[in-house]
Amino acid sequence: MTIHHNVIDGIIVEDNMELSLGELSRICAVNAEWIVSLVEEGILEPINITSKRWYFSGTCLRRVQIIQRLQRDLDVNLAGAALVLQLREEIEILRTRLSTVISNDTE
Amino acid sequence: MGIKRDATQDDIKRVYRKLARKYHPDVSKEPDAEVRFKEIGEAYEVLKDPEKRAAYDQLGSGWRSGQEFQPPPGWNQGFEFHGGGFTQADTSEFSSFFEALFGSRFNANRKNRHDGFNVRGEDTHAKILIELEDSYHGATRTITLQHTEIGPDGRPQIKKRTLNVRIPKGVRQGQLIRLVGQGSPGVDQNSAGDLYLEVAFQPHSLYKVEEKDVSLELPVTPWEVALGATIKVPTPTGIVDLKIPAGIQSGRKLRLKERGIPAHPPGDLYIILQVVLPPADSEQARILYREMEQKLAFNPRTKLGV
Repeated sequence: MTIHHNVIDGIIVEDNMELSLGELSRICAVNAEWIVSLVEEGILEPINITSKRWYFSGTCLRRVQIIQRLQRDLDVNLAGAALVLQLREEIEILRTRLSTVISNDTE
Repeated sequence: MGIKRDATQDDIKRVYRKLARKYHPDVSKEPDAEVRFKEIGEAYEVLKDPEKRAAYDQLGSGWRSGQEFQPPPGWNQGFEFHGGGFTQADTSEFSSFFEALFGSRFNANRKNRHDGFNVRGEDTHAKILIELEDSYHGATRTITLQHTEIGPDGRPQIKKRTLNVRIPKGVRQGQLIRLVGQGSPGVDQNSAGDLYLEVAFQPHSLYKVEEKDVSLELPVTPWEVALGATIKVPTPTGIVDLKIPAGIQSGRKLRLKERGIPAHPPGDLYIILQVVLPPADSEQARILYREMEQKLAFNPRTKLGV
């Protein structure tokens, strides 16, 4: 039993991290070729797609995990998973636009 | 799953697929999607296998005590994921799970890979429930992680460890928090994997959260919205004075800019006005309502043509 008395700083992956191809595949426990296939399918986009050494934004990590779950639980193929991701994002945007909003800056 | 006893295997698969798509936590917006999805997965786990199904049919609801099928530990206790899905058929892969205290709970799995030698420790994943206020102010939380390890005698043992985690300000539902070096140990201290915590908010009694934006339903009187008023409103950062413009209708939203979750850029706080009518439970109140009826000549249904 180990007790850590020091406070460990949490880092928000989406806001403060960039991941290399190797890091992303290691965190998700998949091989790099599979991540490359996600890029080829247009599901992930490296920040520097023209470079030889790809880097991904932190939001990509969650996208990969969602794809993994969809594939495993629902037997969705890559194209289908990409479509689900895109529809999820569109639903999010629509939900926020749902009602008319009156701006009121009160102090 | 609502399946009859005489359903064919094809029926079962079809119903399962349909329900799984409906309740998959990555797709569904149902509030209890995660729990439902797990229940469906559990049922399907039994029903898809003719042998387990036969055992289930025989034992009825007491099948858990039978020899044929043992649900993995922690099956119903929340959220398990490792290397992928919300479901996991191979019970031997449920090698461990974490559970946290401090009034909430979470758990996760370490994936034990047996295919070769890992120099660097594996990254592990868990889920953490925090209060909305933790995201507004940042907070230090003590969490207890529990996992099983194979002991020297070859039997699994439960190990606990306690971590003090600084929850970063501005974190949102569904985001991942990385704790460097807190995953599985590697060959030495410097090569431990990282621990990733997926953030979920405890349901709040006052506020609803959507991405960075927070909303509050605010009860108001008819005269406050008709005449305009300045009233006190609770927000996650303290009480503010809110100016309500005259003539606003019930259900409309007022935006308090940048008073949502303090991300970069910050979200907004929406105040949804809910007009509450005073009850006509006294002679005085009834007189006032009657006076309005007689003097206001108000028809809210003109657009309906009646």
